[in-house]
Amino acid sequence: MSILEVKDVNKRFGGLQALSHVNLSVAENSVHAIIGPNGAGKSTLLNCLVGKLIPDTGSVMFDGQSVLGRKPYEINQMGIARVFQTPEIFGDLTVIENVLIPCFAKRDGTYRMHAFEQVRRERALVEEAEHMLEDVNMQDKRDMHAASMSRGDKRRLEMAMCLVQQPRLLLLDEPTAGMARADTNNTIDLLKEIKQKRDITMCIIEHDMHVVFSLADRITVLAQGTPLVEDVPENIKGHPKVQEAYLGEAA
Amino acid sequence: MLGLDRKDTILLLVVALMALLAPVLLNPFPVNSPLAQFNAGYPDLMQRFAIFGIFAIGFNILFGLTGYLSFGHAAFLGVGSYSAVWMFKLLGYNVIPAIILSIIVAGLFALLIGWISLRRSGIYFSILTLAFAEMSFRLAYSVLTPLTNGETGLQVYTDDPQILLGDGPHVPHLFGMMMRSSTTIHAGPWEFTLPVGYYVCAVLLLASFYLAIRIFRSPFGMMLRAIKSNQTRMNYTGLSPRPYTLAAFVISGMYAGLAGGLMASMDPLAGAERMQWTASGEVVLMTILGGAGTLIGPILGAGFIKYCENIFSKINEGVLHGWFGGLPDGVENALIWVAEHFVGSGWHLTLGLLFMLVVTFLPGGLVEGGQRIGRFAFRRRDRKASDAESDAAKQRNPAE
Repeated sequence: MSILEVKDVNKRFGGLQALSHVNLSVAENSVHAIIGPNGAGKSTLLNCLVGKLIPDTGSVMFDGQSVLGRKPYEINQMGIARVFQTPEIFGDLTVIENVLIPCFAKRDGTYRMHAFEQVRRERALVEEAEHMLEDVNMQDKRDMHAASMSRGDKRRLEMAMCLVQQPRLLLLDEPTAGMARADTNNTIDLLKEIKQKRDITMCIIEHDMHVVFSLADRITVLAQGTPLVEDVPENIKGHPKVQEAYLGEAA
Repeated sequence: MLGLDRKDTILLLVVALMALLAPVLLNPFPVNSPLAQFNAGYPDLMQRFAIFGIFAIGFNILFGLTGYLSFGHAAFLGVGSYSAVWMFKLLGYNVIPAIILSIIVAGLFALLIGWISLRRSGIYFSILTLAFAEMSFRLAYSVLTPLTNGETGLQVYTDDPQILLGDGPHVPHLFGMMMRSSTTIHAGPWEFTLPVGYYVCAVLLLASFYLAIRIFRSPFGMMLRAIKSNQTRMNYTGLSPRPYTLAAFVISGMYAGLAGGLMASMDPLAGAERMQWTASGEVVLMTILGGAGTLIGPILGAGFIKYCENIFSKINEGVLHGWFGGLPDGVENALIWVAEHFVGSGWHLTLGLLFMLVVTFLPGGLVEGGQRIGRFAFRRRDRKASDAESDAAKQRNPAE
């Protein structure tokens, strides 16, 4: 059963057709990778899924409901979380506070101000956040200033913030961009571990083929705004169209 | 205590003690000494310390936590003052209904302005709030004369209804205790005034400060800091920042309304100039000078600016002649010519210089200055300590 259905999405920026007739179907509890050369429209597609951009035509359905026209925070409340290419975290806050914010955020969109309660007295939520930090091996950085951490740690923190919300679909925008090989492998292990522990669907945009082939169940190749092929990793590796897109006509 | 951790309780107690003893602490010089002009322990000034302290604490909840710089907070102060005077005119001179109404009206007014202005952030938000405050000021001056009494300012007349006046006093009072009454204690050459009005303000200052600490330490306060830090992440965490910023805006507007109501309670007058942009700018200066985003900073900033305003503007040419009298005539005149631009009505020049110095060298405001002095003092003591202790000090330094 597919959790995310993208049907015939078009997006134009002035004279540039960023996405044309994109169809994508992500199966529940799978890891779906979207690859493609620079400028293929991967990030545009992702932005259309989370409400940052609205496609010109077409439909995006999540779990049977349309996400189009909803604000990013409403789409998040539906169960879609996003990890950014450059980690978006609360730099001025401590690590534990960073994880506590999503813990206080309610799924149903209601607002409670909590203005006269105390953070340290909310035992259940603080414990939940601490467990999450243990899951991503960051318990020793609990009280660190988030902005002062390394990029790899910021990424782990961002993932922890997304996961503590227990999303049904996790979108990852180049989760290993700019990482050393060892860090990349750590991230792969972390993602595999997450996948094992919970029912979650992941959609990964990635340049690093090593990451893609170690994680993905299915791969969609995007080039110049159009999906070229969609298949299991084994069939993608030697696909002539994929080589053509990456290496040019001559290959 | 009271749901605060140890550090915050100590801070609250220190502020409480300072507020209680202010009439003594602020009058360190005997009445007849030449330094008596630096005494700040007179009712009018102490009340202003407390009132502007409240104003700045409230402003800091908005600016210090969310980073939204409002340039129109004086509008809420003015609205609070007008509401309070209207209560004096309609009901009577008890300050309780006046203060309650000023908080409510300022809150509603803040809800309206915030609801519109918070659609934008950054400089656009600042300009929108400034525009609303200037609009309120102009309206109070002209069109709304029936409500505000225009240029004359709103005041209480003998033919006003004052239905609850009875045979109570004909000045603002709290259940019979007149705001302007005071007790004077003579201790040798010293003289200490304990005014009723000041203590009413001080109690409300402490209540405001306590509430601010609770807000700073609450999940709500954490959300506000998160908004300042990264709105993108806030949106992708399923939280719309607007309900939170609007709540912060209304709370800080209510603080400003309380300050305005207290101002009118000390002196039952309200004029439109209270809403002018200079007044809005002043509270921004106070908060930044003291240390935005810190708990005690706004109170320090408010006290600092109000003290300088009163002391510097009291120094006139005569006083300067007294100071430089011993010097040769030419030098004396030259020095006085320079100095007189910085005192009296020119004291804003001094304020500007001080503000420049603080912002350049102490971006964290007076609070950062205090911390640096504290650290310097500790390091000095560590150096003198014996070997065993200095080892411990070496371990402590990196932690600092």
